[in-house]
Amino acid sequence: MSIVVCAEQRDGKLSKVTFEALSEGKRLAAASGETLKALVIGSGVAACADELKKYGADEIAVADNEALAAYTTETYAAVLAAYIAQESPALVLMGHSTVGRELAARAAGIADCGLVSDCVAIESADGDYLFKHPVYAGKAIGTFKISGATRLATLRPNVFAIEESDGAGAVVDFAPEIPAAKVTVKAVNKVSGDRPELTEADIICSGGRGLGGPEGFKLIEDLADSLGAAVGSSRAAVDAGWREHAAQVGQTGKVVSPNLYIASGISGAIQHLAGMGTSKYIVGINKDGEANIFNVADYGIEGDLNKIIPALVEKLKEA
Amino acid sequence: MKIVTCIKQTFDTEAKIVVGGDGQISDEGVNMILNPYDEYAVEEAIKTKEKDGGEVVVVTVGGDKAQEALRYSLAMGADRAVLINDPALEKADSHAVSVALAKLLSDKEAGYDVIFAGKEAVDDGAAQVPSRLAAKLDLALANVVVAVELADGKATVTREIDGGTEELEMALPALISAQKGLNEVRYPSLPGIMKAKRKPLDVVSLADLGLSAEDVASKVEMVSAELPPARKAGQKLTGEVDEVVAKLVELLKNEAKVI
Repeated sequence: MSIVVCAEQRDGKLSKVTFEALSEGKRLAAASGETLKALVIGSGVAACADELKKYGADEIAVADNEALAAYTTETYAAVLAAYIAQESPALVLMGHSTVGRELAARAAGIADCGLVSDCVAIESADGDYLFKHPVYAGKAIGTFKISGATRLATLRPNVFAIEESDGAGAVVDFAPEIPAAKVTVKAVNKVSGDRPELTEADIICSGGRGLGGPEGFKLIEDLADSLGAAVGSSRAAVDAGWREHAAQVGQTGKVVSPNLYIASGISGAIQHLAGMGTSKYIVGINKDGEANIFNVADYGIEGDLNKIIPALVEKLKEA
Repeated sequence: MKIVTCIKQTFDTEAKIVVGGDGQISDEGVNMILNPYDEYAVEEAIKTKEKDGGEVVVVTVGGDKAQEALRYSLAMGADRAVLINDPALEKADSHAVSVALAKLLSDKEAGYDVIFAGKEAVDDGAAQVPSRLAAKLDLALANVVVAVELADGKATVTREIDGGTEELEMALPALISAQKGLNEVRYPSLPGIMKAKRKPLDVVSLADLGLSAEDVASKVEMVSAELPPARKAGQKLTGEVDEVVAKLVELLKNEAKVI
């Protein structure tokens, strides 16, 4: 039996969570004695296979086809489901990204397999696996079991450690039949510019109602750029129209777990904490000393963010 | 146009989570609501009907209590509702729910032009049913959608992807799952609530659908649940702005080692 990691690439660039999934796959494979295989789907993606070799896969299957140049859920899921049918793996891992979650679910629907989404830990025990997945937006952590020969899981980005390791890294072609796509991709619009993707960022600088208006986000952007960080927002700032919904962190926004989360002018409502409570370090900057953010922040600064953030940016430039 | 909306009843987002003695999450005394993302789906269905005509059918899998979420959708303006209610579905996972919905939609409720759903439910956060259902019904699928235009038997949608958006086009029938921001959700009016009481709400069992308990056997089981470890308040840095900023940078560098 094998453990399969379905790699995620866009324009030939592999996502960071793919390496996290491979590293976790390698740890589980070492514990259970399974072989580790990777599957990469796309067009002109041979170079991805070389990069995947660094993370210990015994075999890398490449489904390379012009019909797979643009990502569509149905074509990619058909390839993944065909690979599952061929390999009957014990476990299939992939990132819980926007694409990964739907791809895993559609493939699981075709292959009739159980899937635990958004896992934060996986343990192998007596040939079976236990999956930990936050439920109710992180207000509780459930432990799940999957019945059936093949189990699917998507992994929360930024939770599983990346480790390079050796593996045979044999590259094989995988050429299943690809159904005609029902969906046509008319355009892909990148909006994040030079900043990292929110769910994959090591550092996130977020702003809330305390910024006083949309122009307040200039401060957050300056701080983010001095740290190479992504920019997030509270629900209040999104609802006020100061920032697009894609930047919202919280129960009805993105769930993130960066190494460092700097919340400025964010009170720390429970629905916001649900989205960032697993960050390794939290910094809270707020003028209200009673703000709930100070109950969870590792480092809190009570004061005027209009003075603190520019000073912080200057200090970071010096350093 | 026949417009179907798949919904789920969930805990209120303000609900406090309690783990019972059996290690499972207790629903005792919890206020139940229509899943927030499903509100956008119901709204989009009603807006579509208001523009193009037709009927809006809301469907769900759940127990007796789930009728409240269906009635709420009817009060918003949906025309009729179907509840799949069966003891064998009490612990239904995403697989089981999608099998039951797929049977209903390919049989008793066939002939739809578009299916709307929320992009995920805020309880299990699985985000699986729309994609699984699309697989079972072999449908064109667009998830996490923030804009929809239906015209000439086609759907043109904008959806969120990591780091941007995508514009997709597909022929109907198609399945579209809603993200926050798709529309402004209306509140049910008082006449709407009165009317909803008389709108048809069919309750069907697995036998009515021609399914057995085995067909909908769950593949995922929650063995136990626990509350997450509480985060502790750390230290508050005090002093002049220059001082606290210097202290913070020092701590982030040398204690936390995150910059």
